[in-house]
Amino acid sequence: MSTQTLIYIFVAASFALYIGIAVWTRAGSTKEFYVAGGGVHPVVNGMATAADWMSAASFISMAGLIAFMGYDGSVYLMGWTGGYVVLALLLAPYLRKFGQFTVPDFIGTRYYSKVARTVAVICLIFISFTYIAGQMRGVGIVFSRFLDVSVELGVIIGMGIVFFYAVLGGMKGITYTQVAQYCVLIFAYMVPAFFISMLVTGNPIPQIGLGSTVNDGSGMYVLEKLDQSLQMMGFGPYTDGSKSMIDVFCITAALMIGTAGLPHVIVRFFTVPKASDARKSAGWALVFIALLYTTAPAVAAFARLNFNETVNGTAYAEAPGWFTNWEANNLIAFDDKNGDGVMTVAAGDPFKGAPEYTGERGPAGNRLVSNESVTTNPNEVYLDRDIIVLANPEIANLPGWVIALVAAGGLAAALSTAAGLLLVISTAVSHDLLKSTFRPDISEKGELLAARLAATAAIVVAGVLGIYPPGWVAQVVAFAFGLAAASLFPAIFMGIFTKSMNKEGAICGMVSGLVFTFLYIAYFKLWNPDANMAENWLLGISPEGIGVIGMVINFAVAVAVMKLTASPPAEIARLVDSIRVPRGAASAQDH
Amino acid sequence: MSDDDAEAAGGHEGAYWKANIRLLLTLMTIWFTVSFGFGILLRDFLDQFMLGGFPLGFWFAQQGSIYVFIALVFFYAWRMKKIEQRYDLDD
Repeated sequence: MSTQTLIYIFVAASFALYIGIAVWTRAGSTKEFYVAGGGVHPVVNGMATAADWMSAASFISMAGLIAFMGYDGSVYLMGWTGGYVVLALLLAPYLRKFGQFTVPDFIGTRYYSKVARTVAVICLIFISFTYIAGQMRGVGIVFSRFLDVSVELGVIIGMGIVFFYAVLGGMKGITYTQVAQYCVLIFAYMVPAFFISMLVTGNPIPQIGLGSTVNDGSGMYVLEKLDQSLQMMGFGPYTDGSKSMIDVFCITAALMIGTAGLPHVIVRFFTVPKASDARKSAGWALVFIALLYTTAPAVAAFARLNFNETVNGTAYAEAPGWFTNWEANNLIAFDDKNGDGVMTVAAGDPFKGAPEYTGERGPAGNRLVSNESVTTNPNEVYLDRDIIVLANPEIANLPGWVIALVAAGGLAAALSTAAGLLLVISTAVSHDLLKSTFRPDISEKGELLAARLAATAAIVVAGVLGIYPPGWVAQVVAFAFGLAAASLFPAIFMGIFTKSMNKEGAICGMVSGLVFTFLYIAYFKLWNPDANMAENWLLGISPEGIGVIGMVINFAVAVAVMKLTASPPAEIARLVDSIRVPRGAASAQDH
Repeated sequence: MSDDDAEAAGGHEGAYWKANIRLLLTLMTIWFTVSFGFGILLRDFLDQFMLGGFPLGFWFAQQGSIYVFIALVFFYAWRMKKIEQRYDLDD
């Protein structure tokens, strides 16, 4: 059976599974729609959180990014896992004890203010749409890459699938489909990783293989050999970064705190029965996430080493099979600058921009590109970073069904994250804006209908953003984390750990943190991208890391305003006392 | 997170909250040390030591800190359950 047929079978089977689960678990009440009835087992919720959290970018792109960033890639590894410590210790159990449906619910009640709630809704929608635009695009790219359809059609198919189970099943449907999606994606990630670790080091466990010796009789460690081969080719050593320490520090912190402040992650902890379950569940989520996140740096190093050894100095005519396969899929290009037919890999871009294939072939047989060559470096090979994960099964000589599995895994990762985001957006509209702010008298049935309509509208908007991506989409994923760190996190944190923070302080803090971070990122990413370099940055902090400064501003403004305005009413102190004590959380509901 | 808050609550709820804050401060210090400390600020110093084939600082940044994070979250869940039972506040 051809690989393409296998891909169709695997993808169709996984979709049938998700839809089957959605029909079986559809939501009948708003509580089921928003928080799956509040009775999800902590391990199940941990697994669903992991799928919700790991997007197409984590699955397909992260290992590739790390492979080319070396030590600097650590910001993603620590940033996207350390956030769960912040979440489990400082936020999740208290928000679960508080016991309502959404983050704006908490902010609106704790700060006794519809204005605070509305500001929180605006922050939430801003963060979630920034994130989801990239996800829908990811869905489209995975479809087009594996199923041989256009990106546009891919986005529409993806929208259809997500529509089915998010709108029908709400949080309940999403939870159980995400569990299935986690199983698909982790299996698809680990199988090639075991084999490539075995291939490079002789040890099948990638986390251990990364610290072992290379399987070629040289007795050198993987990282030692990688450092050496990169330095011979003119790169910096792999175990050393190029970012400044303050920038690595701030990006890591912004990603960690942003993770803890992302509404679609927080809301998952509203679905477990008790406050103590929220703590345990965050631990399980971290275990399931760490499985992929500790494997990714190993895959990155193995693939980079393998790439250096099999491509650099090899004649194009003898290039490995995966090289020409992915060249045919537009992800690789060989620009034979010196005309010797041998591929030279070195630091720097081989030519300007992404490859524009002319449709003709050069004397060596390679696909020609019309891009202007960069002559200041000897590098002749263009490599899309996504290759690192996509080509793994072929590099390790694995059979076609493994490639099909990776396709299903990439789709699972993209769809699960998109569904989780859509749900928080629809909840914010139907619950926080409609039910709690503008139409308090709406019936349960009316609210459920509104939630489904809002989810439908959000899918359409996200799909349009995916089909016609504004130029900034790829640029601004850092937006979501920085904005969450600078706006929602401080308001929730102070709401739990102080009794004296009042509505004026919290609102001014959220607004100033959001505005500062937005303007800083927008200035360097949208309005004046040419100025986006270390000399111009505030304290040497890049736009990716500026959310930390936004957070500090949020805290400072909130405290200053609080000192000048009236204390919160007495019932707020009682509310804070009650969320700090686990006893008395709403009991679980049957499923 | 001030002690005033805890005292105002009075009784064993106040003592429970103080015990929680103490535990949080300890665990968040470890969280900071393994990631920002060992993985970033002290990395150059630690990289002179090797853990198998890993320079130690690099290992903390790409592997070790994540393992410690998992341990921290489960330890907190276990320890809080004990503290809650001691103060008779568990759920």
